[in-house]
Amino acid sequence: MPACSANCGKNAILKRPKTGDALCKECFFEAFENEIHFTITRAKLFTPGSTVAVAASGGKDSTVLAYVLKLLNEKYGYNLKLVLLSIDEGITGYRDDSLETVKQNRDDYEMPLKIMSYKDLYGWTMDEIVAEVGRKNNCTFCGVFRRQALDRGAMLLKVNYLATGHNADDIAETVLMNILRGDLARLNRCTSIITDSGDGIPRVKPLKYTYEKEIVMYAYFRKLVYFSTECIFAPNAYRGHARVLLKDLEKVDPAVIMNIIQSGESLCVNETANMPTLMTCERCGYGSSQKICKACTLLEGLNRGLPRLGIGKSSKVKKLIEQDDLKRSAAGCCKSKNKSDCGNCACNKNEIKRDLSKAVEELKI
Amino acid sequence: MSGLNITIEFGGGAELLFGNKKKQEVILPAKEGEWTLKDLIFWMKDNLLQERPELFIQDDSVRPGILVLVNDADWELMDTVKYVLEAKDKIVFISTLHGG
Ligand SMILES: [Zn+2]
Ligand SMILES: [Zn+2]
Repeated sequence: MPACSANCGKNAILKRPKTGDALCKECFFEAFENEIHFTITRAKLFTPGSTVAVAASGGKDSTVLAYVLKLLNEKYGYNLKLVLLSIDEGITGYRDDSLETVKQNRDDYEMPLKIMSYKDLYGWTMDEIVAEVGRKNNCTFCGVFRRQALDRGAMLLKVNYLATGHNADDIAETVLMNILRGDLARLNRCTSIITDSGDGIPRVKPLKYTYEKEIVMYAYFRKLVYFSTECIFAPNAYRGHARVLLKDLEKVDPAVIMNIIQSGESLCVNETANMPTLMTCERCGYGSSQKICKACTLLEGLNRGLPRLGIGKSSKVKKLIEQDDLKRSAAGCCKSKNKSDCGNCACNKNEIKRDLSKAVEELKI
Repeated sequence: MSGLNITIEFGGGAELLFGNKKKQEVILPAKEGEWTLKDLIFWMKDNLLQERPELFIQDDSVRPGILVLVNDADWELMDTVKYVLEAKDKIVFISTLHGG
């Protein structure tokens, strides 16, 4: 077994992907924590006296983030108030265990915990959404709703920052995905360590330069309890092709992770390129690249009994909504957005629903 | 000749491929020559793995994204698949690919 590269005399337990150094447990802890401290101070991530919500899923990244932020806050006197913010998607048998893990974090790290449910925020649980849309598109709903749920939760908690556990591998993956999609607007934004979602509460990523391997090793050696599972609605999903490609490349040379992040950071978008501007959603006021944000469009579809509404192209969405409004007014519908408010009017009649589903089929959304 | 007694542990969701058992004591059958980690990985595929071998094995090693520890040390310090197993070794497989 090789000796620790720091010449402390102990045996190494880990080969660092970033540097190739072999470090002992103690030297690894110190290097790992100091690098995150350096990232936080160099980017001036937090103003002293602020309240920071840590987006906590019970998974490895957010568990390590909460642990290290607490440790650094005490060690270096950041003077931050840390709280945990969790989202309950309402998936029976999936979140139950991970929420237990988050509650364990709350007790272990002595941080207040706020759990917000999709039901509270949107009126629908994921179980209910899956019953409407089936299992093919449910990940779209879940992903879009989760992103905004954190923003809404941070707003309700009146915090100054929302810290997420995105690590270097996650960010490199997002850069790759945005390149593959040709999404230049996001490409530049996804590498920033601080992003503003339009509501004034900055999202920060203190683990931006931390390798996933080190996060998992850190949790293992610190004996941090975290939860890992597959979503029961997409058990074979694992991660997408970009992730697989990235892990294959990382095996050959771990430096590719940092290289991809740096490429994303230094890419300058040509001024003549067609860039969508970030605006706020007319309906909910949260950040969006469209007049109505994706979450509101998906919700509208669910509430109108047209669950696939938001999955297609936006031009088709407009057409469908117009058609739906026409049908509803012809049937004397109150046009309520919420189906349950609409018990007395004709819009709940099955024939209209059937007509609408047929219209959706014809448009091939 | 008697078999080789070792402990195998799983974490980070890798246990889901192995019948959700987090820890298993196994006796590797006696064979000619030494047991390397590569031999172990293929033995596990044939004897312990319950589902989806493509999520555990890729080419001649574990799938990239699965971390391996030998007696609580990174296997990258020990020549990875070429490491020669000894009695009472503890081998840990941790998936980094599962969500949380
Ligand atoms: Zn050392
Ligand atoms: Zn909206």
